[in-house]
Amino acid sequence: MSAIIATKPRLAMYWAASCGGCDIAVLNLHEKILDVAAAVEIVFWPAVMDAKYHDVEAMPDGYIDVCLFSGGIRSSENEELAHLLRRKSKVLIAFGSCANEGCIPGLANLSTVPEIFAASYGDGNSTVNPDGVLPVPSWAAPQGELHIPAFLPVLRTLDQVVPVDYSVPGCPPESPRIAEALTALLAGLTGTGPLPPSGSVVGAGVSTVCDECTRTRNVKKIERFVRIQEVPALDPTLCLLEQGIPCNGPATRDGCGALCPAAGAQCIGCYGAADGVVDYGARLMSAFASVVEADEPEEIDRILDGIPDPVGQMYRFSLARSLLRGSRTVLEADRPVVPPGSAAAAAPVGAASPEPALAGARGR
Amino acid sequence: MSAHPVAAPLDGAFEPVILGFTCNWCSYRAADLAGTARIKYPPNVRLVRLMCSGRLDPAFVLSAFAQGADAVIVSGCWPGECHYQVQNLKALKRFQLLRRVVAGLGIEPTRLQLVWASAAEGQRLANEIGRITEEVRALGPLGWGGAGADPAVAGTTVLPVREGAPPPAERDLAEVTA
Repeated sequence: MSAIIATKPRLAMYWAASCGGCDIAVLNLHEKILDVAAAVEIVFWPAVMDAKYHDVEAMPDGYIDVCLFSGGIRSSENEELAHLLRRKSKVLIAFGSCANEGCIPGLANLSTVPEIFAASYGDGNSTVNPDGVLPVPSWAAPQGELHIPAFLPVLRTLDQVVPVDYSVPGCPPESPRIAEALTALLAGLTGTGPLPPSGSVVGAGVSTVCDECTRTRNVKKIERFVRIQEVPALDPTLCLLEQGIPCNGPATRDGCGALCPAAGAQCIGCYGAADGVVDYGARLMSAFASVVEADEPEEIDRILDGIPDPVGQMYRFSLARSLLRGSRTVLEADRPVVPPGSAAAAAPVGAASPEPALAGARGR
Repeated sequence: MSAHPVAAPLDGAFEPVILGFTCNWCSYRAADLAGTARIKYPPNVRLVRLMCSGRLDPAFVLSAFAQGADAVIVSGCWPGECHYQVQNLKALKRFQLLRRVVAGLGIEPTRLQLVWASAAEGQRLANEIGRITEEVRALGPLGWGGAGADPAVAGTTVLPVREGAPPPAERDLAEVTA
């Protein structure tokens, strides 16, 4: 086992379409962040230190050893940085739910760009915009032409844009899991331990949240789905799903320690799909439907009415990486504008760029 | 699988592609019976045999839409007649939940239908396939495979690499470093 890198490992962290919670989760290593800072050289981390994109462009290709990339790809800036950081990084990690599966920003794949802008800049409750000003990619200001990044029609996950070497799931990833993942990765890169298999999910388990949950499970039979605030007295030890709370544990990857069910709240699925699950929502639909205690279509519908937002329930964190990826109108808006019959019409949209750093880099 | 793996008719008219999931014990045999009885039904449907409608993972249906199917038929034994007692009722529940989810994504209910057919009901199954084909023809293409979908993404069953997979070759990393 020889060292892949000889120098002090160079670490970068970037935020694309994300909330910054992943950056906070890394800082939340508390005193261990000092160990990280001592063990690595941080070369680029916009959330915590000043940096310019042209500094990254000036780096030789592969200069960054490990890049933690959080956030989905929503703007042309996100996309450009995904390609740039892929090129500059030996190991690119899709860090957190957004980069892996779109997360909450991915739910915007249910709305077209005009709808999103109307909500954000128009009729939002906290918005005052009497002139109806909307962002435009370029603007002729008196001082010269100004440019801002373009808003893309669909949010993509990082691995739908560039090949990704590892995934760290979670919204945000739990800090102890981050420490484990970084420690294992740095050991592999410096030759003091095995490198995790390329393409693998690190910093999480392979089973489901139910496996980590300490609540008692009996035979699940559900006669109604209810929201947690509608139940006056929850049994503190019984499985939440058996009490009619739509708990996403059966489809969700473990690794968080089942914190939410332990605190009396249902799992909402932030760690994404468990091992081997092709489509998170499909797995959850199977799990929920199978325990509905009714055989007549009308009665089944009555019980299912207890899930008021089926798409949001099934895909709260994972819509952008689901099989259908969004709503029909949004994906149609993303259709490339090409003359019918031209060769380009057959070209895939958002094809992964051809520069994987690791042999088995996961590009979907 | 391309978006529409059907030879397009010479006049360029839309021909729906319909995936039909059938049960080994009832609806597949109904289709078989339709064949031996020379009952005609539209060639737009491609039948996939499962051991039971209860085997139907909602991911099969989503995958079919993602890869360009215009409609999906789920079929099985009538309630009370399931070879595995009640698994068709589990299929019914999944179907009713799945229908709500795909509706939320903008797929018309016509494009996902449930048909019960016993092994003796070749005529009924053929009639239902004919009815659904005409309903979908009237709707037009769903076109999910072309609707901004990346063929490399849509419908690909990517299973994450796990323990036992070979680690990345170190020489590949060395190449990048060089």
